[in-house]
This record gives sequence, structure tokens and C-alpha cells, in this order.
Amino acid sequence: MRVAVLRQGDYLIASIQSDLTDSEVVALRELLLERVGRFRCRGVIVDVAALDVIDSFVARALASIATTARLRGADTVVVGIRPDVAIAMVHFDIDLHPLRAALDLDEGLAALDTLTGGSRDAR
Amino acid sequence: MPDEVRVSIASDADLVPARAEARALATELGFTRTDATLIATAVSEIARNIVVHVGVGEIRMSPMLEDQRRGLRVVAVDEGPGIRDIEQALEHGVTSHRGLGLGLSGARRLMDDFEIRTLTPGGTTIAMTKWRVLDELERLREDRRRDVRTDDGRR
Repeated sequence: MRVAVLRQGDYLIASIQSDLTDSEVVALRELLLERVGRFRCRGVIVDVAALDVIDSFVARALASIATTARLRGADTVVVGIRPDVAIAMVHFDIDLHPLRAALDLDEGLAALDTLTGGSRDAR
Repeated sequence: MPDEVRVSIASDADLVPARAEARALATELGFTRTDATLIATAVSEIARNIVVHVGVGEIRMSPMLEDQRRGLRVVAVDEGPGIRDIEQALEHGVTSHRGLGLGLSGARRLMDDFEIRTLTPGGTTIAMTKWRVLDELERLREDRRRDVRTDDGRR
């Protein structure tokens, strides 16, 4: 899969490297949910800066990652949504509220620190 | 510029080249990056509609060159069972059994013109176009080119 998943402290960082197929997006959700449990993560960052299209399916999948990860005790922040992609996303009748977003990785990590009260590992 | 770009759709993996071709043609036609993204997103939606509801089909994209404007026309063709209730398929928030009903209404909102023709059975053709008006400079160039052509005709 064209996604690099790294662990940093209590957080998982999933960095999407290129346009993904629907199957790969679904596989990413499964992978992240499994890793959240295995590494006892409290936060997940999904970096979508490499996606130049986020259609209704991918938007829904991202919301689903956030909702299901929440049920596993981890908060999710999506980072790197491009301006043109954001404009396209508001055309869909999808509830994007489960999606928490931040501008970039730094802002995303800061948002997770606020949400989770900081990573347990000293960083 | 190509007369027509065709992308065969048979699985979800085919959405990736469909999106890329849509963006490439939109860029070539002078659409802004935002408009190119809106077009590529709409193409992704109607291509997925084929994958989910029919299985096999084709996306055809062509440039529309008019005096005052440029357009990118996208036609999605399949030979599936057809859409029984078009109104319902386009309705706000209606989701089909597989939860993908939002695609068509989203595509309609992303584009300027949108038309569905369907036969049950027989297949569905969705045609949609995004337009952009030529800017002042492009219009002047267009006029000049036309003048030159007319002059050549007189000689």
C-alpha cells in the first residue's frame, strides 16, 4: 500500500504517498485500527497532502477512520487537505463533523496533544 | 489537444487513471487548479457509480471549443440495468444499499451541465460539462486568429 505508517510516541502517523484506490483506502482503515490496538495509540494523524482528489468515498472513509478510531480510544486528525480539495469536499452531502483537521503535520501533532492531554512519552 | 480521451472502467483501480486524465485535460484546456480538481472529483464519482452499480463501462472526455468559452465534456457510458428512478438517484442524501448514493448528486453540483439518459434495461449515459469563459487576452488572440484566417481566404 502506498501509505507509510510511523509510530511516534503514543501517536500513529499515516502518510499517504500517492493517489489511492478505494480498496487501499479501506485497507488503510483496517491497518490503522489494528495498529491503534497493538501500539495502544491515543492519537492518529492521516496526512492527505498527496491526494489531489478527495471524492465522497474517500471523505466518508476518512470520517469512518476518525469515528472507529475514537471507539478504540484514539483521536484522529487529518492534515494536509489542499485548498482546491477542500472546495470540492463541501459539494458532498457528507457529515464531515467527525473529521478533525489541521493545516500540516506540526499543527496536527499540536492538536493531538491538546485532544489527548499530551503524549505519555517525553517528546 | 486530443479529440477524445477514453478510460475503460472495470474496477476501482481504474478510477485512479480516470482522475489523472481528467485533471490533465482540464489543465490543458486552461482550467484553474481548483476547477481541474472539481472536474477530476466529479469524474471519480461517476466512474465509481459504474464500478459499484454496473461493473463495466467507459469514461470519455473531450474538449469543447466555442467562441467565447472552453469546456470539458465528460460522458460516462455503461450497458447496465439502467437507473429506475433518476430523481431519487440524484436526491439529497439518498443512499443506495451500498451507501454510495451521494456520488451522482455530488457530481452534478461539481459540474455546470449535467444530464442522465437511461434505459431499463439497456444502460445509462451520463453527460456533464464544465465551462470556463475566455479571458480578455484569450478573446483578443481568438479574434486575431479568426481575422488572419479570413484574410487568407480573400487572397
